[in-house]
Amino acid sequence: MKIVVCVKQVPDTSGKVAVKPDGTLDRASMLTIINPDDVNAVEAALALKDEYGCKTVVVTMGPPPAEKMLRTIMAMGIDEGILISGREFGGSDTYATSQIIAAGLVHLGIDDDDIIICGRQAIDGDTAQVGPQIAEKLGIPQISYAGDIKKDGNTITVKRMLEDGYMMIQMKTPCLITCVKELNQPRYMSTYGIFEAYQKPLTVYDYNTLKDEPLIDPETIGLQGSPTNILVSFTPPLKGAGTILEGADMNTCKTLAKILDDKHIIR
Amino acid sequence: MDFKLTKEQELAQELFRSFAETEIKPLAHDMDESEVYDMELLQKMQRYGFFGIPYAKEYGGAGGDVLTYTLCMEEVSKQDGSTGITISVHTSLCCSCINEFGTEEQKQKFLRPLVDGSKIGCFGLTEPNAGSDVQGAQTVAVEEDDCYVINGSKVFTTNSGFADTCVVFAITDRSVPVSKGLSAFIVDLKEMPGITVSDNIKRMGIRAAQNCIVTYDEVRVPKDRLLGQKNKGFKIAMMALNGGRIGIAAQSVGLAQGAINEAKVYVKQRTQFGRPIGAFQNTQFKLAEYQTKVDAARLLTWRAAIAKDNHEDYSDLAAMAKLFASETANEVTRGCVQLLGGYGYCREYPVERMMRDAKITEIYEGTSEVMKMVISGKMDLK
Ligand SMILES: Cc1cc2nc3c(=O)[nH]c(=O)nc-3n(C[C@H](O)[C@H](O)[C@H](O)COP(=O)(O)OP(=O)(O)OC[C@H]3O[C@@H](n4cnc5c(N)ncnc54)[C@H](O)[C@@H]3O)c2cc1C
Repeated sequence: MKIVVCVKQVPDTSGKVAVKPDGTLDRASMLTIINPDDVNAVEAALALKDEYGCKTVVVTMGPPPAEKMLRTIMAMGIDEGILISGREFGGSDTYATSQIIAAGLVHLGIDDDDIIICGRQAIDGDTAQVGPQIAEKLGIPQISYAGDIKKDGNTITVKRMLEDGYMMIQMKTPCLITCVKELNQPRYMSTYGIFEAYQKPLTVYDYNTLKDEPLIDPETIGLQGSPTNILVSFTPPLKGAGTILEGADMNTCKTLAKILDDKHIIR
Repeated sequence: MDFKLTKEQELAQELFRSFAETEIKPLAHDMDESEVYDMELLQKMQRYGFFGIPYAKEYGGAGGDVLTYTLCMEEVSKQDGSTGITISVHTSLCCSCINEFGTEEQKQKFLRPLVDGSKIGCFGLTEPNAGSDVQGAQTVAVEEDDCYVINGSKVFTTNSGFADTCVVFAITDRSVPVSKGLSAFIVDLKEMPGITVSDNIKRMGIRAAQNCIVTYDEVRVPKDRLLGQKNKGFKIAMMALNGGRIGIAAQSVGLAQGAINEAKVYVKQRTQFGRPIGAFQNTQFKLAEYQTKVDAARLLTWRAAIAKDNHEDYSDLAAMAKLFASETANEVTRGCVQLLGGYGYCREYPVERMMRDAKITEIYEGTSEVMKMVISGKMDLK
């Protein structure tokens, strides 16, 4: 049994968002963080490791500097890292990305009792698509938005969080779970974890490693294999401050009605 | 020479910084007011391995180095000086004695639980009549059957309010000067009959640290608790204090940097004479001077830490680092109170606490005057 966590390095949106003249994100000039939901996925994997003593692996697709993020996650306690990195993979949208990561997971080997955990969505694209698409491409069951995970043998019970309630769903391993931040409180790195992190195995999967996997085909990866094309990204102009009217009397209602009328929202 | 941290040290600095900002900062004010250390916070830091940083994995430590330990001291002390001294006394004073002078058996039995985060340690050297000058020590240990019987009292034993293990010094040969007749013992503060720990001594600063008087009345300590050789304890104490000074230097750097960080935020917000006070050249020049001194103090601290990591002689380097960093901490925290004006003097703002906390760094683990004795002693002046 092993737990595989998929994580993404994203721009730190609490800093400045830099956009290149051509409208795409200037990722190189922005600070990066581990995608917040993915940290919950890491914690979920570590909690299962604490309970079952199973092996844990972290996988990311990204440029070589993403190694530091993998080491950080290994310093939290994950045992191994896999960095999927290659020029051929650049420019991938969610479809191509999940194709490549799924190929990476096949290359790693997914056993009958394995669990794959992803964050719900990445804060840079906000699509929430990659996790579910990986499961589809691997042909395994999935449950998204996990707010609680229970394991009983090969049966996984997940509390699936929805806006106005939740569902309790069961599935068999191997399976994929995407989790929400309410799932847990992620731990910090530990000092002993830090001094082990750089000794733990980290493997790079490049195009050559994966090219013979059936999922990898020049038509389905990279910019060329991506059905989605980004036309432009930009920082939206700030909305002006809102107006707050106080009071529940007739005059306030009239003032409100007049504002709405002036804007032709009501007549 | 380069001034770059290793990858591990960088990760560790990130850990200490984010932990201190998230977990320590919100508690620092209340701990100071109540003069009680938050035990939940202490346990969290034990769990994340803050209490065994420079000790080997084979004894349960993190397998890190002294430089990483100074990074921890700086980051926690930026938010709270009391946390700094709690970690420092445990790590540099108590654990180092056992690590350097303990037998293999003593290391497994006493060092392991201290560095793996299960137990807290303290260090009892200072007595009412023996501060800067150990010669005034009066606590004695007399051999009796399979024990040493300790009688006496130790003041200012930091951490003794909650510690499990204490490395305590007592005279085993009264016929010679104290430096030739002192021995070190490992005692269980909570379990050995005859040990009394007073309430926390009321102090100006680092008020949440637990710093008490420990009285030893006919305390029977089994002979296997003797640390190092009999009558060779003075050397152990001096080794521990030399290393400890690196930790105090880093604590000083943290207090000073913490005050600068608070002042930087305040001077941009506070407006007088129609401008943010940060726009006045005096404010800018003061902060420029302070930052320069703090950087210099940090480099002196790192130099001493690296020398210790490399097993070079570092006693004068540690003394210089502590002398300069502690004086810098006092100048800078005091100056930052000035930059915040009346609000800086109020307990609602942390610079007031930082200024009170900074004073002790010029006193404990050797006063500034003692540091000058150590430094000049190495300069071949006599
Ligand atoms: C909060 C706190 C925590 C402490 N924690 C510990 C601990 O955990 N364990 C422990 O063993 N001790 C601890 N100490 C004790 C501390 O190390 C001593 O207070 C310190 O060494 C100074 O000793 P003293 O207070 O007796 O001052 P004294 O030695 O009496 O010094 C008074 C003044 O005289 C000066 N002076 C002394 N001799 C000379 C000289 N020859 N030339 C010039 N000036 C001189 C000193 O520099 C100082 O300014 C702690 C103290 C405090 C306040």
